[in-house]
Amino acid sequence: MTGNIIHHQPSYLEYQGRYKGLLGWILSTDHKRIALLYLYSQLAFFFAGMIMGVFMRLELIAPGRQIMDPATYNALFTMHGLTMIFLFIIPGLAASFGNFFLPILIGAKDVAFPKLNLFSWYLFVGGALIVLIGMFTGDGPPDTGWTFYAPYSLRTNTNVVVTVFGAFVLGFSSVLTGLNFIVTIHRMRAPGMGFFRMPLFIWAMYGTAWIQLLATPVVGITFIMVIADRLLGIGFFDPAKGGDPILYQHLFWIYSHPAVYIMILPAMGAITEIITTFSNRVVFGYKAIAMSSLAIAFVGYLVWGHHMFTSGMSETARWVFSLLTFLVAIPSAIKVFNWSATLYKGSINLQPPFWWAMAFIFVFMIGGLTGLVLGSVATDVHVHDTMFVVAHFHYIVFGGAGLAFFAALHYWYPKMFGKMYNKRVSNIGLLVVFIGFNTLYFPMFILGIMGMPRRYYDYLPEFTFLNQISTVGSWILVTGMIIVVTNLLRAKKMAPEFIDNPWGGRTLEWKIQSPPPLENFEEIPVIDHGPYDLVKD
Amino acid sequence: MFTGNSNFVSGVDSAFVFIIGISTFFLVGITAVIIYFIYKYNSKRHPVAEEIEGSTRLEIIWTIIPTILVIMMFYVGWHAYAPERIIPKEAMKVKVTAQEWSWRFQYENGKIADTLYVPANKSVALELNSVDVIHSLYIPAFRLKEDVVPGREKSMWFIAANVGTYDLFCAEYCGLRHSYMLTAVKVVAPDQFNAWLAAGPVKLDSAAAAVPGAQGKLIIQSKACIACHTMDGTKLVGPSFKGIYGHKVIVETNGKEREITVDDEYIKRSILDPTADVVKGYLKGQMVSYKGQLSDEDIKQIIEYIKTLGAEK
Repeated sequence: MTGNIIHHQPSYLEYQGRYKGLLGWILSTDHKRIALLYLYSQLAFFFAGMIMGVFMRLELIAPGRQIMDPATYNALFTMHGLTMIFLFIIPGLAASFGNFFLPILIGAKDVAFPKLNLFSWYLFVGGALIVLIGMFTGDGPPDTGWTFYAPYSLRTNTNVVVTVFGAFVLGFSSVLTGLNFIVTIHRMRAPGMGFFRMPLFIWAMYGTAWIQLLATPVVGITFIMVIADRLLGIGFFDPAKGGDPILYQHLFWIYSHPAVYIMILPAMGAITEIITTFSNRVVFGYKAIAMSSLAIAFVGYLVWGHHMFTSGMSETARWVFSLLTFLVAIPSAIKVFNWSATLYKGSINLQPPFWWAMAFIFVFMIGGLTGLVLGSVATDVHVHDTMFVVAHFHYIVFGGAGLAFFAALHYWYPKMFGKMYNKRVSNIGLLVVFIGFNTLYFPMFILGIMGMPRRYYDYLPEFTFLNQISTVGSWILVTGMIIVVTNLLRAKKMAPEFIDNPWGGRTLEWKIQSPPPLENFEEIPVIDHGPYDLVKD
Repeated sequence: MFTGNSNFVSGVDSAFVFIIGISTFFLVGITAVIIYFIYKYNSKRHPVAEEIEGSTRLEIIWTIIPTILVIMMFYVGWHAYAPERIIPKEAMKVKVTAQEWSWRFQYENGKIADTLYVPANKSVALELNSVDVIHSLYIPAFRLKEDVVPGREKSMWFIAANVGTYDLFCAEYCGLRHSYMLTAVKVVAPDQFNAWLAAGPVKLDSAAAAVPGAQGKLIIQSKACIACHTMDGTKLVGPSFKGIYGHKVIVETNGKEREITVDDEYIKRSILDPTADVVKGYLKGQMVSYKGQLSDEDIKQIIEYIKTLGAEK
């Protein structure tokens, strides 16, 4: 099964195009090289954001001032949010693993528009640079929180305009990537691959791409309106000029709630692939999982109002949004049930990516179930804007999308680099991450129910104990992350192995050499069976 | 009359118990099933997998059961919340003004306080106003929260059950001293409350009013100046009032530094146009103009009061 493919083509890593060295990367339109450009930039931003988070937790280890003043703290949680959300997890698995594996999984040589794909990465880096410029110039980094709520964001003296413009540019990267993927999925599938023969990661990417394309423009326009308010004094959102700050919240969340599904859908897709591969059997409930991805993408558009139960919407809007929010829980539950059922009567191969996927399911369930508390109006009103929301959000976005990012990295690492990492160290790293994660974020649920608001630089003495546990958790989590990433970096220095299919995967990427050649397939495969069907060679 | 510290606590808490109870059942159940499968169908124990493609019956079951459960959760949550929006007409009205970074409560007789005094077992309606950005009035013990939005008239209500003191936080991020924008709800027996209320509105008798600055001190307290400016020399968001009058300070005017003396004219300008001259070492744009909120007479009284806090040291 493994190692029996003769490597007679240079891999995409070795291939020598028109340019050498760095230029050979940043001018390459190969989807795999672009994927790695995203991967490295995202990981760099992730670590920057993580360091900011550690400093925030350090400040919160006790009431009163510890290591910074309130202005610094407010800037720090804003920058932590901006970095993690706009620069790490919104591009997320779609930009890195989506770029790398979407064409391969559908049997294509590249995406539909390779130059546009490279341009999207330029926009990503350009937007990121503008955000960074916003942080280090003008009258200080923005202190509005990543949500830029008006009218505070219109009044603060900090560098909002530049940062918001950076986020605007980043949005274009997202829109164009979504467009590229939609066209690729529609036009570039290998002969014989009908929609219901696509791997489930592709279904998840398809839902994601539509959200990127349709929802992102809304926030782009909103950001331009904020800039116009600040520079031209128009007053869309400024009550002093007859504007409406609640309108800002509607426009912001019309994008930013679906954005959560931009983060989590590709994660769910990758987890589906991993669980199926390591169960060594066909996936359970293919159509249910595929349709649930589309259902999440669609219903996810209609639930933004649950961020605004206390903002002053009408009573009708409050209950309608509550009901819709509960409906979006159903497709997520269907996914969890089908993942569990895929383990049933499988032949489970306990490898590191599988453990990462299991860690994902556990924390994602906690994140999803606590989301029910936030969907119900009575309970949401109590815990809205408290540490409970911070905990829920990190369980979904870091515990969900973030852990899935690392699960995918461990799953596809041998394919991307033709090398294998130390599995034992990886398992130890995961255990430390898992313990650290829960120690860091679980106490925040209790703090929220006790009534500690979020974005607090200082707090009352009754909240001290749980905050201290949380801060200790941040140290454990960082230790785990360093173990995990060091392990992967060390693996890159090892000698290449012939590991074309180390896990016994059934989808197309495991049928080509590791690392893949420049154009993926010598011959475009003809598909005559479902993606996970057992085919005797 | 009801259990809990307000009339909403038992309904909200039942919703919490219902949702978290069902969630915990599913979390523990699914986790147990997964662990059992990993044990039972481990490749060592179960070397050959069975290719089971799915089961329509199971898909229907695990679509319908969660649907019923979440609709029940929705109903429980809405049912507990709906009464929070129906404000009784007879409720005692308190006008709440939120401002970076303090709360002000004004009663029907004109009395102003920075702590929310309410009588036990009586409905109280809060009329919410903000003079600057969005704040959110949050009383965890009552399970109540509502945003305070500038330019919108909003309200909330409750009946406090038990005599005691409870935290009142600002829950919507509002800038530099957001985490210090907190005060207390003091629930007292009705007769005690009436006595407290009758003691106001705070007016000074002629003897007290004759003390220089007494009126100004009241204005400073009621307009929340003390959220950012102390009277004891401590540095907060803005300079302390202590010893500032007649003192020479370096200010930044249109990006240029210059030295000025704090006098009547400078204080008045700082109140009406706070960003014109910002004392070196302080952030620009933290204070809003009080134009229209303070009369010339008020400003005069404030200056009188600042003078009493000591001249140049």
